[in-house]
Parts: sequence; structure tokens; C-alpha cells
Amino acid sequence: MASFGNAFSSSIGKKLIMGITGLFLISFLVVHCFINALIIVNDGGLTFNMGAHFMGTNWIIRAMEVVLFAGLLAHIVQGFRLVFQNRAARPERYAVNNGSANSKWYSRSMGLLGTLLLIFLIVHISKFWVMSRFTGIPTVDANGNHDLFAVMVETFKDPLLVLLYVLAMVSLAYHLLHGFSSAFQTLGWNHKKYTPLIKGFGFWFSIIIPLLFALMPIVMYLGCIK
Amino acid sequence: MSTGNMNLTLKIWRQKNNKAKGGLVDYKISEVSPDMSFLEMFDVLNEDLVAKGEEPVVFDHDCREGICGACSMFIDGRPHGPKEGITTCQLHMRSFNDGDTIVVEPWRAKAFPVIKDLMVDRTAFDRIIASGGFISVNTGNAQDANNLPIPKVQADSAFEAAACIGCGACVATCKNASAMLFVSAKVSQLAQLPQGQPERYRRVQSMVAQMDAEGFGNCTNTGACEAECPKGISLENIARMNRDFYSAKFVSEESI
Repeated sequence: MASFGNAFSSSIGKKLIMGITGLFLISFLVVHCFINALIIVNDGGLTFNMGAHFMGTNWIIRAMEVVLFAGLLAHIVQGFRLVFQNRAARPERYAVNNGSANSKWYSRSMGLLGTLLLIFLIVHISKFWVMSRFTGIPTVDANGNHDLFAVMVETFKDPLLVLLYVLAMVSLAYHLLHGFSSAFQTLGWNHKKYTPLIKGFGFWFSIIIPLLFALMPIVMYLGCIK
Repeated sequence: MSTGNMNLTLKIWRQKNNKAKGGLVDYKISEVSPDMSFLEMFDVLNEDLVAKGEEPVVFDHDCREGICGACSMFIDGRPHGPKEGITTCQLHMRSFNDGDTIVVEPWRAKAFPVIKDLMVDRTAFDRIIASGGFISVNTGNAQDANNLPIPKVQADSAFEAAACIGCGACVATCKNASAMLFVSAKVSQLAQLPQGQPERYRRVQSMVAQMDAEGFGNCTNTGACEAECPKGISLENIARMNRDFYSAKFVSEESI
């Protein structure tokens, strides 16, 4: 790596890591959202459990799971490093700073939004992922697949958890509203022909994906899907 | 917008030197003409202070025509005050109202230490330029016009980047005190012209390394710099600098 000089330790290199891992995590959101959306079939979770079974047993997916955790960890660690370095770059704060005059609040709050998402992820992973990988899912469905759907139904009976999930998805939406187009800018993809497209797509992506995620615990809590 | 003379309260950052602890001090100023520039209002204030035997407020200024980049006040939470596309010297008191309280602070960044009151040390920018923001050419007679054909779009884009006056408003307003807009303008003005090509990839590596060494923060693409820049330098320059930096680090065989 020496031949790449200090590429990754420079300020631009650090942002490159944030941008690439960010876009990778975005691609994961699409897959996760698609599999979860299988609950819409409303067949007592048979289709969803089939999807979950595929995700849990396919070796390509299992290998990507390792890459996913590595990417997530890099995004989190690098994110916190950037927050602390950027704070240190201004030791004395302004008495009056009218940030809203020149930038969006969520673009200035990526560290906070990311921290909220991290707290959510710890709860989320301990609720579902740990069970499906290590402690085991207690029941099987009619097809003989592990009944992850039943775990979901049980989990989302708790209104506080539903609220946590919805609030986390609001955080995700704002995190993406800045992060999606920001990643492209960091990669150097700023062009009069493509940037409006990236911004437009990024906006709708940031609304639709978190909205779909947020709807899932809500419809399960309300009993529309069972 | 005010038309008659105004009475104002100023809250100005006073700091004896780099080591001393500073603080906001209140000053009442009366009969301020709306046609005065913000700096002229400070001149009046300083004359009053001198007459009273007090220390005048130290601030940077030079051409007072909006083109030198010397003035540098952070006014009511915004660099160069509330108006778009102008420097502090071009801000006039008609942009304020009678009875207003105006808070004036220096640029705040670790890389811009306060010298005194509202004056900060911006030599970090000079050191970044010295690290690579130039072209090496033989001196002599100027070449004939159009000797080197340059496409109009590219010439315009280079010219727009070259409009940067190096005032530091981008650093001052950035929540991370990042100098990316400044450095990217200085990289872009040369990267788009034929004369800048021989040193293009060495230049971007040197200037980014110097920027990091000076203690500026990392860019998070909030866009505050572009919004506050008195010369309207575009974020496209930052993307261009990123591309050149990746090309230099991952493709070019030249390193610094």
C-alpha cells in the first residue's frame, strides 16, 4: 500500500472511505428492504421465511455478510474519527452562527443522525440477527423453514419498539438525504448532466426506502399483516 | 432596510493577542448613516474609541472594493454578513435596521489563529499556495494571443475558479473549518488550462497535503462554503479536485 502514498490518511481519502462504504450500505438497504417486503404477500410469513432461509444459507450472501459488517464498521469508525477531527479544527466556537442560512440542518448533523442509527442497529441486531445466527429461532413454519416471521410478529407487539423503529427510519431518511448525493460528490461525480439526476433519485430513494421500512412494524403492530 | 440614520448596538469580539482570552464587548453607536459601508461604520467607532482614549478595534481591510480578500468579519453568524456575493467592505448599513444588535466575531478555525480582535492569521493559505498553486514557466515576452487554443467552456470554468480572492469565508462558515473550496479553486484554475498540465498531479497532492498539515477540517459536503463565498466559487471545483487527487494517488506514477 506504500505506493499509494498517504491516499487514505489524507482528508480526501478519509472521505473516499465514507463515500464508498456509504454507497455499499445503501445497496444493502435495497436488498434488505426487498426481502422484508415479502411480508406483503400476507401468507403467514411463508414467502418471507423462504427469503430469510435463502439469505441465511446462500454462501455468496453469507460471504457478503462479512463484507457488510466490515463496511459498516469502517463507516462507523471513520465517521466518529471525522466528527472528532472536525470538532478539533475549530477549538473556539462562534457565539452566533447562522448555519441555517447556508446549509441544511441534516447535512450538518450526520454524526448525530449516524449515532442514532448506531443505537438502533444495536437493538435491531440483538433482536433479530443474533437469534437467526446464534441462539436459534424457536419454531418452524409449514414449509419447514425457521419461522423468523413469528419472531417479527412477537417483537412488534411492543408499541415502544415500533416507535423506536419508526424514529430510526426518520433518522435514516435524513441521513440518506445528505449522504446519497454527498457520496457521489466525494467520488468526484459532479457534472452538470448527471448531478441533477443523482440529486433527484437520491431524494426519492431517501424517502421511499425508509418509509417502506417504517411501514413494516406499523402494519404488523396494527395486525394488517399476520 | 433603513433610510434614516440609525442607532445600533455592536457586540464585538475583543482579544488582546493570540494567548489572551477574548470576549464579546458591547458598544453603542449612534447616527450611523445607511450609506456607510460596514467598515466605515467601524472607522467611526474606532475614532470614537481613540478620542475616549480606548484601544481601537483591530480588523483586516485593504482595497475596500470587494476584490482583495482582506476583510474578514463574521457578522450575525455569517461570514461577510447577511448579503450574498459580497465581502464585508461592500456590505452597507442600509442592510440593517435602527435599533439592531449586531454580533461581530473573527473567523474561527484552528488554522486561522486570532492575532488581535477581529484580525486572524491567514498565512496557512499562503503556505498552501506556495506548496504547489503555481505554474513553472520561463519568463520573457508574452506569447501571442490565442497561441494556445483553449475551449471557451474550459477557459470560462478556469476563470470562475480563479475568481477566488482567498478571503477564507469558506473556512469560517464551514462547520468543520475545512479549506476544500479554497484549495479546489486554486487547483481548478490551473488544472483546466494547458499551462497547468505538467505539474497537475504533483500540485494536487502537494496542496492537499499542506492543507491537511495546516489543521483544517475534513469536507462533509454541506455546501455552506459555496453559499457564503463572495465570489460564488462552485462545489464542482471540489469534485474536480477529488478526481484529480484520486488520479494522482491511484493512477499517476508521480508522487510527492
